[in-house]
Amino acid sequence: MATWTWPLSVRANRTVEQHCEDFLDQASAAMAQPERRKTMDMLGLLMPLMRGQAVADFGDFEGLRQHVRAIRQHTLDNLDHYLPKFEQEALSNGNRVHFARSGEELNSIVLGICQQHKARRVTKGKSMVTEETALNDYLLKAGLAVVETDLGEYIIQQAGETPSHIVAPAIHKPVAEIRQLFLDKHALGERELETAADMVTESRQVLREHFLASEVGIIGANALVAENGYSLLVTNEGNGDLCATLPPVLIVCTTMERIVPRTRDALALVRLLARSAVGQSISCYTSFYSGPRRADEQDGPLETHIVLLDNHRSEILASDYREMLQCIRCGACLNHCPVYVAAGGHAYGAVYPGPVGSVLTPLLSSLEEAQLLPNACTSCGRCEEVCPAAIPLPQLLRDLRHEEFRTGLTAGRWRLGLRLHAWVAGHPRLYRYATGLGIRLLHRLGRKKGGFRHLPLAGGWTSQRDLPAPQGGTFSQLYARRQRDRDDD
Amino acid sequence: MTERSSGAGRKALRSRPQVALFVTCLADLMRPSVAFAALALLEKSGCEVFVPDQQTCCGQPGYNSGDYESAIPLAKQLIAQFEPAQYVVAPSGSCAGMIVHHYPRLLDGEWRERAIELASKTFELTSFLAEIAPLQADPIPPERTPDITYHDSCAGLRELGIQRQPRELLRRICQKDVIEMQQSDVCCGFGGTFCARMPEISGKMASDKLANAMATGAKVLSGGDLGCLLNLAGRARRQGIDLEVRHVAEILNGDLDLAAIGESE
Repeated sequence: MATWTWPLSVRANRTVEQHCEDFLDQASAAMAQPERRKTMDMLGLLMPLMRGQAVADFGDFEGLRQHVRAIRQHTLDNLDHYLPKFEQEALSNGNRVHFARSGEELNSIVLGICQQHKARRVTKGKSMVTEETALNDYLLKAGLAVVETDLGEYIIQQAGETPSHIVAPAIHKPVAEIRQLFLDKHALGERELETAADMVTESRQVLREHFLASEVGIIGANALVAENGYSLLVTNEGNGDLCATLPPVLIVCTTMERIVPRTRDALALVRLLARSAVGQSISCYTSFYSGPRRADEQDGPLETHIVLLDNHRSEILASDYREMLQCIRCGACLNHCPVYVAAGGHAYGAVYPGPVGSVLTPLLSSLEEAQLLPNACTSCGRCEEVCPAAIPLPQLLRDLRHEEFRTGLTAGRWRLGLRLHAWVAGHPRLYRYATGLGIRLLHRLGRKKGGFRHLPLAGGWTSQRDLPAPQGGTFSQLYARRQRDRDDD
Repeated sequence: MTERSSGAGRKALRSRPQVALFVTCLADLMRPSVAFAALALLEKSGCEVFVPDQQTCCGQPGYNSGDYESAIPLAKQLIAQFEPAQYVVAPSGSCAGMIVHHYPRLLDGEWRERAIELASKTFELTSFLAEIAPLQADPIPPERTPDITYHDSCAGLRELGIQRQPRELLRRICQKDVIEMQQSDVCCGFGGTFCARMPEISGKMASDKLANAMATGAKVLSGGDLGCLLNLAGRARRQGIDLEVRHVAEILNGDLDLAAIGESE
């Protein structure tokens, strides 16, 4: 493969863009695609079954969950101790440690390292942090070639899309679309592309060349161990390990809330993570990285960097939303959220979709911009039930809606309606009178048909469903009448 | 577990539990028969039931939409009306859950103490009839009740742990096992104001629920929360789906001659 050239596609920026202001339209568009809808419905059906089985097989999963939650809370409460400790240990292992306040800063640190080594080719393991900073676009603009090596990430990079799921980035793509994508983007020659297995083989071939040719590897981290400065990465494809060991330079892009005190804490976290994410008892590849190749070692990177991104996390830590920092990015809340399953990840128009994203996005950007997302919730509580970090997601979302209401962002007609309802309900006699009249009218109009297809001021309801007609008379009227009749007897 | 419950029940029966019925606004306005059925079931079980006549709404619409400030006076109003009772029972998991879980969070100081006190004696109807004052109604011959599938409403299920209680009661009184649907514990898309704010997603969720219910072959789709049932009945009507939607209290009370939710008289 002496004449190997990097496909053009890895030099191209993202072509598909979504915005969180357009959540409803984007959800609507996703629901209008039957194939995608089928794929997402399958996710919503199978993933809870797989997780449920793994959790049941484990035994005292709740005990593990509370254990890890306590560790993470302890670490967050004592970050002023554990963060310097991690840095010190990582430095003594020969790593270079960088702190980036913003996404922009992380990107420029990474580019600086690449330029210092005159690197032109970068392979990347899956990393939501670098999605958050849009690192790929930044490096591509600076003339580097960047290849995502997680299969899902590779697929969406080829398609010019963003991840629709934090663990399974291409979950929205039916197999036929992926096949067509490879037909368009790969010079296939004689190679077969009939089955999903063929497509995996094809990507493995292509990616192998990338791993061998790249000068810099970039990965994320699932945990950072304070006691020894190691970083932990789990993958199911082994691509993270190839990114971390083949190129001469390794950059770990991560955030401070991944820190845990001890190695055993990181392992407890993995037990929780693999089961919650995909119902596995452990990920296929679970690796600790200590630092650069030592003098007596044959392989591994010559130089290693760890970049810790803040990007508003210090603010979240000091806010009422700090429990969000306990998130271990397993994606269980996405898989169990019926709104996410219906709307699809792209509808959210943000790096993190689903319940975790509906809390994080307003905190990482602004509530003005992401106002709709905390409303994409029925308060069903399934996310909290399965969250391995036991984050009270429905309550955090409700609190964000409270902030929305308090700061006047909620639409005027909703504010008015809610306030009017509360005011009338706060005056029981008026409430009885007004509801008595209204219900009598609705009953007269609707009793023959049993329901209404259209109703003034109820367009949101009747756009999708009839309003069942009230039975006739309010309970309080009927009950008062019954009591009177009984007294008369 | 059963023995403990029935033991508690016997003790409770001796002293005639005093129950304040929280009708809930949806039952009050849309379907009084649910509250009448709840009343009858409680009375059959030996409870002395009274209905505070100034009750309105628990404040959930505002609370869940982020308007905590206007939910607070409604919470205080309800606490003041119901705290004299020995027990408070509501034919709705979400309204009972609002009192049990959210009032103590919403209020401060003395009001929080009063909210916690009220929370400790507030129950959803089926859990009360399964665990506190065991339902004493005569069994209904099984052929009188059509096949039932059951939707577990989210707040009742996850805030109050209500899942086996309605099934147990249906088995004991109607002598029918619920025909379980796939994903009975997944939200129906109601979600209070959610269904009007994000109607298309809500409609899709309701359709999924109805499809799962239809796949069981059951004739009746039941549940314990009118919000969900109105949403599902309305969606079934819109889509021409032939399912009777009925509240579990009505079924347990044998009120099957009533028009189902959304059915013409």
